[in-house]
Amino acid sequence: MSTTPETAVSSEETGGHGDISVGVSGAGASGDGTASATRITPGNALRPEDIALAVSRGAAKPSEDVAEFALRLGDDALILAQRLGHWISRAPELEEDVALGNIALDELGHARSLLSYAGGLDGRSEDDLAYLRREHEFRSAALFEQPNGDFAVTIARQFVVSYYQFELYRRLTSSTDSTLAGIAAKAVKEVDYHRDHSAQWVLRLALGTDESRQRMIHAFKVIWPFVDELFRDDELTGRLSEAGAAPQPSSLREDFDRLTGEVLAEAELEVPNVQPTPGGGRRGLHSEHLGYILAEMQVLAREYPGASW
Amino acid sequence: MASQPLQSVPAEPSLARHEPSPEDAARRDAEGQAYFDKVMAEDSRIEPRDWMPPAYRKTLLRQISQHAHSEIIGMQPEANWISRAPSLKRKAILMAKVQDEAGHGLYLYSAAETLGQPRDQMMQDLMDGKAKYSSIFNYPARTWADMGAIGWMVDGAAIANQVPLCRASFGPYGRAMVRVCKEESFHQRQGFEILLELSHGTPEQKQMAQDAVNRWYAPALMMFGPPDDDSPNSKQSMAWNIKRFSNDELRNRFVGMMMEQVKVLGLTLPDKDIRFNEETKKWEHGPLDWAEFHEVLAGRGPCNAQRLERRREAHQNGAWVREAAAAYAEKQSRKQAEKVSAA
Repeated sequence: MSTTPETAVSSEETGGHGDISVGVSGAGASGDGTASATRITPGNALRPEDIALAVSRGAAKPSEDVAEFALRLGDDALILAQRLGHWISRAPELEEDVALGNIALDELGHARSLLSYAGGLDGRSEDDLAYLRREHEFRSAALFEQPNGDFAVTIARQFVVSYYQFELYRRLTSSTDSTLAGIAAKAVKEVDYHRDHSAQWVLRLALGTDESRQRMIHAFKVIWPFVDELFRDDELTGRLSEAGAAPQPSSLREDFDRLTGEVLAEAELEVPNVQPTPGGGRRGLHSEHLGYILAEMQVLAREYPGASW
Repeated sequence: MASQPLQSVPAEPSLARHEPSPEDAARRDAEGQAYFDKVMAEDSRIEPRDWMPPAYRKTLLRQISQHAHSEIIGMQPEANWISRAPSLKRKAILMAKVQDEAGHGLYLYSAAETLGQPRDQMMQDLMDGKAKYSSIFNYPARTWADMGAIGWMVDGAAIANQVPLCRASFGPYGRAMVRVCKEESFHQRQGFEILLELSHGTPEQKQMAQDAVNRWYAPALMMFGPPDDDSPNSKQSMAWNIKRFSNDELRNRFVGMMMEQVKVLGLTLPDKDIRFNEETKKWEHGPLDWAEFHEVLAGRGPCNAQRLERRREAHQNGAWVREAAAAYAEKQSRKQAEKVSAA
């Protein structure tokens, strides 16, 4: 549909910008993916809308195993985006409002792609999966739902996540599942920036002032118990690895340890000596935090069942 | 001097070894003023290093910093809905929008800094309650439909105000506004799209949309500032080619635009007096509650205290981070200097 009341301030003034018409062709109620405001993506990278379209046309369909795996990764990214979004308008510097907002947006984009693909198995949309599943149906690991804490805790969490996701997505670019490979190819470039951002902050906080160093050390103690879970293999990852669709999580550990170790060494920090948690998020067993995250995230969608937004 | 073209006069005498004599200073001011007048007459641009009248500098600094503060405080009512956005696509769009606003703030603070005041000082003035920001952000964003109404009406009004500012006589401000306006029109469209979706949704959703439009209508109209006969600074700003149209002129245009677009939305504006005056060829609207406007401006609006406190809290919580970054930078540059001197 076209809704084009062309009533811009005046044509001589708009000069190609500051247009206040609302002529978004095909936008709004039509639900046409091509009109999405999130469509503009550099290069030919896959967008969530492309995946949803491919899935709905039957051009892409995940196997049961791939769908479950995409759900894990999508939930990781979604829950982290939800956490990071809280920083926007609360960051230590305006530049950080922008940076953390950007990382949150990247993660949300990955979540949308992965959930759109996972839903292809049984026809559920990204929103069905995000808004209408219950706590035990989420497959995210415990790390992603950990509270923001102070800026150091957020950075410690992001540091671990970024180095983990980088290794994971890097390998997934050669997945035998071409959609997964496409999503990973876009994500890995973005996550590379997240690595840089968090590593830069680890150095600054660890080597800045006494206070910032203490906070950074404390933050890694808070976060490190959740690292092991990321690298645990299970039956699903075993089958996916056999099929060449995804790496075994344990196979990422060496590179993760080496690369994070380099940054920690430069920051004059040691890997915290803490006990790992048992985890269980991949089987739907979550910490106490997830319920609150979902209650907030899902409230509107559940308050108006069947409504479209 | 007669046939020589006037040239830009630097704001600071660059090679002066000591205080200029009163005669030199007076001559520089006269030359600077002549160049400034010529720029105004030609509707051309003043740049940061040019001489400019102190009152022009002060007016711009006030306007640009207030504009920057409005972007920063304006992040809050929308950030309030990021975690509850009802679809992932809406969440992504809203996040990107609030992030844009932080970017606009940065951009505008940078433009203001070219006039000689550091960002820290401007921020401090905001937190101390010495600097103003747009009063519209002192109203609460109660429902999801407010995200639509804010985008459509508040950003719409901002664009109507700001498009003419792209031609402002102060270069950095005009250039900043070009980019800001591009992003704002995108924001306005997404707001319209939210309302359109709601008005085509369930009866409850449509009601939510109408309620939001009802609440934001009058505050949005008041964003253009007081009526012309009560706007003392407008005349000077127009003479300086900062402001191009009067408050009422812009407001009336905006009402006309709303009237067209609200029909497409299938909603109504809460003003039975809106009409197109065939004689003046201008849109007119009903009376606005300027007493309320002045109350909110004076700090007695629904969210004034909350908005400022959030800004202060974020600033205070971030102090140790900024100190760490500064200390790290200092240590690095010391290390670098030691390396250089050792070599």
